[in-house]
Amino acid sequence: MRRATANGSLRRRLLLSLLASSAVLAIVVYFVVQSVARQVAQDSQDNVLTASALSILDSARLSSGEITIDLPYSALSMLDSISDERVFYAIRLEDTFLSGYADLPQAVRSGGAGPAYVSTVFLGEEVRVATVGRRVSTDTGQRYLHVSVAQTLSGQKQALARISRTSMGIGAGFFLVSVLLAGIISRSTIRPLDRLTASMSRRGPRDLRPVAAPVPSEMVPLVTSLNSFMRRLHQSLRRSEDFIAEAAHRVRTPLAVVRTKAEVAERKSTDPETRKALTEMIRAIDDSSRTAGQLLDHAMVTFRLDHLTREEIALHRLVEESVERTRPTSELKDITLDIADLDTATVKGDPILVQNALLNLLDNAVKYAPAGADIKVALNAGPQDAVIRVTDTGPGFLPSELSALPKRFTRGANTQSIVGSGLGLTIAKEVIEAHGGTLKIANTTGGGACVSLLFPLS
Amino acid sequence: MRFLLIEDNAQLAEAVIDRLMLDGHVVDHAPDIQTAKDFTATTSYDLILLDIMLPDGDGRTFLAQHRQQQESTPVIVLTARSEVADRVGLLDLGADDYMVKPIDFSELEARCRAVMRRRGGAAQNLLSLGNLHFDSHSGTLKLPDQDVQLRPRELRLFEVFANAPGQVFSKSMLVDRLFSYDEDVTENAIEVYIGRLRRHLESSSVKITTIRGLGYKLDIT
Repeated sequence: MRRATANGSLRRRLLLSLLASSAVLAIVVYFVVQSVARQVAQDSQDNVLTASALSILDSARLSSGEITIDLPYSALSMLDSISDERVFYAIRLEDTFLSGYADLPQAVRSGGAGPAYVSTVFLGEEVRVATVGRRVSTDTGQRYLHVSVAQTLSGQKQALARISRTSMGIGAGFFLVSVLLAGIISRSTIRPLDRLTASMSRRGPRDLRPVAAPVPSEMVPLVTSLNSFMRRLHQSLRRSEDFIAEAAHRVRTPLAVVRTKAEVAERKSTDPETRKALTEMIRAIDDSSRTAGQLLDHAMVTFRLDHLTREEIALHRLVEESVERTRPTSELKDITLDIADLDTATVKGDPILVQNALLNLLDNAVKYAPAGADIKVALNAGPQDAVIRVTDTGPGFLPSELSALPKRFTRGANTQSIVGSGLGLTIAKEVIEAHGGTLKIANTTGGGACVSLLFPLS
Repeated sequence: MRFLLIEDNAQLAEAVIDRLMLDGHVVDHAPDIQTAKDFTATTSYDLILLDIMLPDGDGRTFLAQHRQQQESTPVIVLTARSEVADRVGLLDLGADDYMVKPIDFSELEARCRAVMRRRGGAAQNLLSLGNLHFDSHSGTLKLPDQDVQLRPRELRLFEVFANAPGQVFSKSMLVDRLFSYDEDVTENAIEVYIGRLRRHLESSSVKITTIRGLGYKLDIT
């Protein structure tokens, strides 16, 4: 049987797309957690910086045109409490530096009032600067007083790194759980398909009934067309079987009339010429009828071999039946057909095929052995195999025939006048090989032909 | 023997009846199952020849009913279908044997004999001629001093003579009874078998005598 070509696997495709989407989701989770954490950390730092700067600004007093700032202790201590960071500040009245670190950059807010923030590098360290401003009246008029407070970021960086590791862990865990779920989901999604496959492959060769078991709605169109395909196959098989039966009937019945009338005429005639002609006619009819029979047999064998059943076959009973069936034709040729040896043996296979093979061997032996010969059939069972041997006391095979005979349509060279198409051995060989055995043809030590069928016992 | 032939094709039936009558058999012909049932109800037959495709049904139905009614008359099915599966099914239904059309009548005769032999079972079919006994089922000649197992063709030849002691049979009649059409034989071939039978019969009171120009006959002295 030809296997269907696989183009990817549904299960793998489903699994891969589930995995890809969970990988993307895991990465997104990682970045979102990280950026939210960073935002939260920065916001709280900004708030503290602003509070600090505002408390400094609030302590600014204007007395007699002079600005006095009494740096409150709490303004810087609240920053200390966050972590072990370095803190800088700068107080400026517009462009005039008043106190603190003169180089500390100032955060500028683009438009509007309120605190401004900037991240920058100061004295070789990353810092966050918050700047707040207030209008003050001096003797030179309204001016802006700005207070900037800055803090280094190393502590925050460490905290962010920790958060980043944690969010990576969360992402990875999310991914692992998704892998597990994807496996389970893809398996349970494919299961109805697996069940359908199993129920189809359990079927016997002649079982063309529609699939009745419920399937998921997506599979209904497939199963419906499968059912309709099987119905058509069933119909066409029935039609061709009926056709062959009808054709056989139409052809064989008139042939039977002709043959019988010819036989009656031959018996009644006294003219040797007429009798000879009628005999030849009868032989031709027998020839064509046997050939047609063997061709049909061969077609049947080929069909059944494609769908080999495996039933228990009692070989000994099969041998007895086949010998019984062949004995009348052997007696016609004065041939004694006997069972020499009959062990009990059971093999697995198609009983109809095996019987057909055996009948063909016996039929062949009777056709090709000379009148008056003896044919012996033996069934010997050993521990490994069972062998059916058909031997006769005729002239045996020619050396050249021993290899060529089992091939299709080859006939023994010294048997030109014997009816038959040579298909018998071919059928037997094909059947036995399909059952894992071998057909051997040889000559016995006495010179007769010996054909054996060897069945492996397993 | 008395045959019932169940066959719907009139031409074939006629030819088969002609042919069977040549061998001295009596044949009734039923063209359908109903007629066949009427015949079997009133007459007892030695053998039924049954076609499968019949106008009022399948021959297999007749076969199944025939077997259900415990009818013991042997049935040989004549079928136009040669498929092995069909033939196996026929035997399962209770047919004693089957033949595929066209029928070889010497084969039919051989199969009839085989069926009778199987049906006969243990019951011996002994025929006594002079000081010998002849068991046609096993093919044995029981002579005063020994038993002789006859070969198939010797058996058939002896049967022909033993069933009609004193009747003269020509060589060509004997050839027809003994050989099938796929063998090339001359009438002289019969002499070989006559010679063998004579050797077997040497110690008995039964003799096969040559009637010059006419043939042979069996004499009991």
